[in-house]
Amino acid sequence: MSATMGEALNAAMADALAEDPSVLVFGEDVGALGGVFRVTDGLTERFGEGRCFDTPLAEAGIVGTAVGMAMYGMRPVVEMQFDAFAYPAFEQITSHVAKMRNRTRGAVGLPMVIRIPYGGAIGSVEHHCDSSEAYYTHTPGLTVVTPATPADAYSLLREAIASPDPVVFLEPKRQYRAKADVALPVRTEPMASAVVRRPGSDVTLIAYGPTVSTALAAAEAGRAEGYDIEVLDLRSLAPFDDETVCASVRRTGRALVVHEASVFGGYGAEVAARVTERCFHYLEAPVLRVGGLDIPYPPPRLESHHVPDTERVLDAIARLQWESRWTPEAAR
Amino acid sequence: MTSTEIGPDQHDLLPGPAPVRLVDPSGHRAADPAYPMPSPDVLRALYRRMVIGRRFDQQATALTRQGRLAVYPSSHGQEACQVGAVLALGDADWLFPTYRDTVSLITRDIDPVEALTMLRGTWHCGYDPYAHRTAPQCTPLATAAPHAVGLADAARRRGDPVAALSFLGDGATSEGDAHEAFNFAAVYGSPVVFCVQNNGWAISVPLDKQTKAPTLAHKAVGYGMRGFYVDGNDAAAVYAVVSRALADARAGRGPALVECLTYRIEAHTNADDDRRYRDDSAVASWRELDPVARLEQMMLAEGVLDRPGMAAVRAEADEFAARTRDGINAEPALDPADLFTHVYAAPPPHLREQAAALAAELAESGEGA
Repeated sequence: MSATMGEALNAAMADALAEDPSVLVFGEDVGALGGVFRVTDGLTERFGEGRCFDTPLAEAGIVGTAVGMAMYGMRPVVEMQFDAFAYPAFEQITSHVAKMRNRTRGAVGLPMVIRIPYGGAIGSVEHHCDSSEAYYTHTPGLTVVTPATPADAYSLLREAIASPDPVVFLEPKRQYRAKADVALPVRTEPMASAVVRRPGSDVTLIAYGPTVSTALAAAEAGRAEGYDIEVLDLRSLAPFDDETVCASVRRTGRALVVHEASVFGGYGAEVAARVTERCFHYLEAPVLRVGGLDIPYPPPRLESHHVPDTERVLDAIARLQWESRWTPEAAR
Repeated sequence: MTSTEIGPDQHDLLPGPAPVRLVDPSGHRAADPAYPMPSPDVLRALYRRMVIGRRFDQQATALTRQGRLAVYPSSHGQEACQVGAVLALGDADWLFPTYRDTVSLITRDIDPVEALTMLRGTWHCGYDPYAHRTAPQCTPLATAAPHAVGLADAARRRGDPVAALSFLGDGATSEGDAHEAFNFAAVYGSPVVFCVQNNGWAISVPLDKQTKAPTLAHKAVGYGMRGFYVDGNDAAAVYAVVSRALADARAGRGPALVECLTYRIEAHTNADDDRRYRDDSAVASWRELDPVARLEQMMLAEGVLDRPGMAAVRAEADEFAARTRDGINAEPALDPADLFTHVYAAPPPHLREQAAALAAELAESGEGA
């Protein structure tokens, strides 16, 4: 059996709606249309207007009303149509969604999921391609996860909906139609864990969401150049799985973060800092970041220069001070 | 809608030409054909809560001078709005207050020390919202209005007869979240009543720089929602109008916007200097319209209140203020470990690490003992 990421997300919402009457799905165009990416396709038809419904076109209102619904015991799953269209809801997300539990000393938790298609490389115009993860990971109180496979899309979304805490669920939109062999329903590793997608001994590529496939392709291509490359899929950006990441880097001695977002002040800076702080004596080379350029997301006909590809990853790997041929064994 | 005809009921949405008033500024009954005067018991409850609120407000302001409260935005002059609207709430209804509505919190029977927790600086919200069906106060403007809509709409979807009262200020009606809340509530038919306390000032900016609407209540019609314009210094009128709006909301007749015309007698907060932007004469003329004195005069004249009754309420207010003062003056119990406990349902590893590091720091400095 196989499913696309979009189908897996759809199945996760359908199963959650079927199991728990407090789950509600709402957002712009999620009803009759089934969402602009068809991720909510058929949910209104199957569960009715009361459970999956279109809202007025206003993102702060969508997230703000979801807060009140969660206060009353509902489990809202809201869709922001595109990454940059979530910014009107930014105040609600950072000032209220993230802070309500802490503000009330634990009295008011907000079990809700904010689904955001993110990332570019889909040939679309400005404001449809942002990698906005660092805005959310910088906000204590939010859990931020992003799947890279259909199986994880299903499993992580089910876990996000069941979570007692609000989850920003970042969906790599260029992977929506990527298919994989998977039998749904499926449960994968727990939400807070990173996983090794491909084992290797020379260097660790730390990727998430849309760049996991880029990293895997680079690992495959790198084999021809003599590198045995390990690929990690973070899955959860906040909290961060230090244990899995550090175990890998301590084995390989080299690490590279691969993300689509601009590098300056980006999520990769946090990863590089954490790895350096915890694995310094195991590192043979500085932790490098491969990401988008520090520019506003480019127009579609120029976006290939911005989005990191296999070649940019391999170039960075080549800069990892291989001449010293450090190994953990030699260091001991 | 394909028709270019405006719906026939648009005039039903419009507020009246003058504020609804049941007690005139001189303390006499003013008949309104649409709203009955609240019962003597309700009038006595309104009076009692306003007197306690006024005294509490004075006490809280005094506590800022002693450095016991970080800041206090006064409710002086707005007691009729806060008490009148809150007493209109039913047992299962919810209140969504703004940062200025501390008198509304104590009217909700929230402990005064818990009500002042944010302003005291010992935590953000000091009360359990579920225990009092009262959302936390916080300082961003209008952002709680969509929360009120969501909560009320969740109740509607479950078939529960629950309404929400969302307080807003005149300045907050300019915020995008107010617009979105009004629109969502109207589109969904959510059982929510938006109660705008128009006190004339958004810190230093007067209403005429905030809006060109004839009244704030007129904004309702643009959303397809009923608007009501009320004398906000007349507790009986606020109670009557908000009671009916809440009853309509619970009965499935949709949301309403109630503008209560009042005045901010004090500066924005104790930290503000209102001499920089307004002169005393306007304040003085509004002092003449004092909401507590107005209701008192009417009740005395009509025999609903007598001198011993007044004295008893004042004694109760003094006792409440003393309890507030003593509670705030007591040394607060602060535990730095609390900083990590409620960020998530269970602290993730990095917060457990930071909690341990802070505990070690405190132990080393001797503060942890």
